[in-house]
Amino acid sequence: MTDTSTTGADRTGTERLRDQHGPWYGPYGGVYMPEPLMAAIDELTTCYEQCRTDPAFQAEFVRLSRDYTGRPSLLTEATRLSEQAGARILLKREDLNHTGSHKINNVLGQALVAQRLGKTRLIAETGAGQHGVATATAAALFGMECVVYMGEVDTERQALNVARMRLLGAEVVPVTSGSRTLKDAINEGLRDWVANVDTTHYLMGTVAGPHPFPEMVRDFHRAIGEEAREQTIAMTGGLPDAVLACVGGGSNAMGIFDAFLDDEGVRLIGLEAAGDGADTERHALSIERGAPGLLHGMRTYLLQDDDGQTLESHSISAGLDYPGVGPQHAWLHDIGRAEYLPVSDAEAMDAFLALTRAEGIIPAIESAHAVAGALRLAKEQPGSTLVVSLSGRGDKDVATAGRWFDMLDEGAQQQ
Amino acid sequence: MSHEQAPSTTEAAIRATGTRALIGYLPVGYPDQATCVEAVVALAEAGFTAVELGVPYSDPGMDGPVIQAATQATLERGFRLEELFQTLEAISARTDIPLLVMTYWNPVLRYGVDRFAERFAAAGGAGLITPDLTPENAAEWLAAAKRHHLDRVFLAAPSSSDARLDAVIDASTGFVYTVSTMGTTGTRADVDQAARALADRIAARAEALGRDTLRCVGVGISTGEHVRQVLDYADGAIVGSALVRALGEGGVPALRELAASLALGTLDGGPATPAPAEKGIPA
Repeated sequence: MTDTSTTGADRTGTERLRDQHGPWYGPYGGVYMPEPLMAAIDELTTCYEQCRTDPAFQAEFVRLSRDYTGRPSLLTEATRLSEQAGARILLKREDLNHTGSHKINNVLGQALVAQRLGKTRLIAETGAGQHGVATATAAALFGMECVVYMGEVDTERQALNVARMRLLGAEVVPVTSGSRTLKDAINEGLRDWVANVDTTHYLMGTVAGPHPFPEMVRDFHRAIGEEAREQTIAMTGGLPDAVLACVGGGSNAMGIFDAFLDDEGVRLIGLEAAGDGADTERHALSIERGAPGLLHGMRTYLLQDDDGQTLESHSISAGLDYPGVGPQHAWLHDIGRAEYLPVSDAEAMDAFLALTRAEGIIPAIESAHAVAGALRLAKEQPGSTLVVSLSGRGDKDVATAGRWFDMLDEGAQQQ
Repeated sequence: MSHEQAPSTTEAAIRATGTRALIGYLPVGYPDQATCVEAVVALAEAGFTAVELGVPYSDPGMDGPVIQAATQATLERGFRLEELFQTLEAISARTDIPLLVMTYWNPVLRYGVDRFAERFAAAGGAGLITPDLTPENAAEWLAAAKRHHLDRVFLAAPSSSDARLDAVIDASTGFVYTVSTMGTTGTRADVDQAARALADRIAARAEALGRDTLRCVGVGISTGEHVRQVLDYADGAIVGSALVRALGEGGVPALRELAASLALGTLDGGPATPAPAEKGIPA
């Protein structure tokens, strides 16, 4: 059973911020799940505890990360962009991972856990499709069955990733309930899990959901920050002034923040999607504009109305279009260790083009939010060293960007 | 502790049936406020023991497709939480049937747990069924429920460990909601068997704890024959999707007709001609 006596009170003070275990991050996190899933959650929690401390498991995870994903990922100095921005910008190249984003880190880790649990079927939710593609990839690698739930809206704006998942042998189920985006895909995934819990592992794609997911997903992504910290020191002789990452559920941010949590001088900045703008009602600013509540088995900041109904979020980026956020981010916000700032669609797309033109690197629109944050910070702190999590590549977003910048010919526009 | 209290209204109502209770689920405000009130009154008139009103919620992780579609339509027509209290008041003015409410927890949390409990009790509510609030997270709710004399019904599942069942039995009043979900390939017979095994386990655990816990079962019941089968091993049968579908497709008259046929299943021996078993969907 979940121990609720451990609250965040004993996590503050002199204790290290790294290596925090769930289920609670201050008053956030927990396990708010229907009883039919509690046995599966308990089983997963116990299994992950064993995996976490089992050298054989860790060795296999490191081997896959190296030989299959291609870790460590590069840290690239964005020379021309730095010159234009007036700060030293270093890009943590998760876009170069196999499958094109950081998502593969977590997926391989959880597939190993699922294998240990004797599960033969992986199910996942996906927004932009990156996590779905990564899960379908792991299912192919491990010889498992795979079903990916994806909001109908997202299947339309990320059609290419839908085809990729199908090529990999996964079944893609368009979700037509609610807002037909990421949060509804999670609901469908959880429903599937309730019905098929004996054979199935729910492969949560972000640092959200009930314990142990926030902790487990963070741990599988922590190499991002460990590598970035080492690479930055090797490249610049010291720690960066700030580390920036986009935050939807917040997995790439948690992965890169983790190694820097106890480096007091390093600012940690999460960029939330402001959609049409922070002064409008169409955004995904869960921390900035939300209030604590329950969603998808956790207590966290979420966009909700006075009746406790979850509100729809809005962002040009499907991967950031989520009305909640991982509970550890909620806690890092409250204790002031990390800052969470808004980046609008327009600002993100400007940064998308700026990086593409200056460096020949097309980022995912999600990651472009982090680049935008760095360009803004560069103006405030000229000459500073900024590490940016380039969490994914932008191939999937070419159609969206082409429309945004009016670069498609008329025939393509109509597709 | 809960077992030191007098039996709840819900428990008394179930015992008055000789533990052959029939409980109906309807989404509050579906298809509209007035029809919902009429529908609940119709279930009371058909001989239902208690009614369970579901609060429409944006992220109903436990609901099957029929109920999900109904609650989503209710939200889309502008349902607000205030309507729940108004509906409870309107129903209470017409019938004494115990009114339970099934709600996901965030609406209650947002309203304020004690404030909700107070308002809910004043409006005539008997208790809450909480699908995504398990006993370990329920301290604030249990305190409020005791203060306002409300039932707290928790869920038990076939996969629940003995320790979890003990916690559910200890925290619940009224009855324990015994759920059994149907996998993609599950047949009605499989589900029925799982529910029976769970009901027996709950009885055994309750006895060891010195409790006489009532067990009501929701397992895709859609006919009087299903009701009779479930009452063979449980203290109450909960019908959800079938009623919601009838109300949605044929209004109160269709609901009344189904309710009457379901109620036949509560009679000893059941209907003279058993209806053929068919594949149900989770309640």
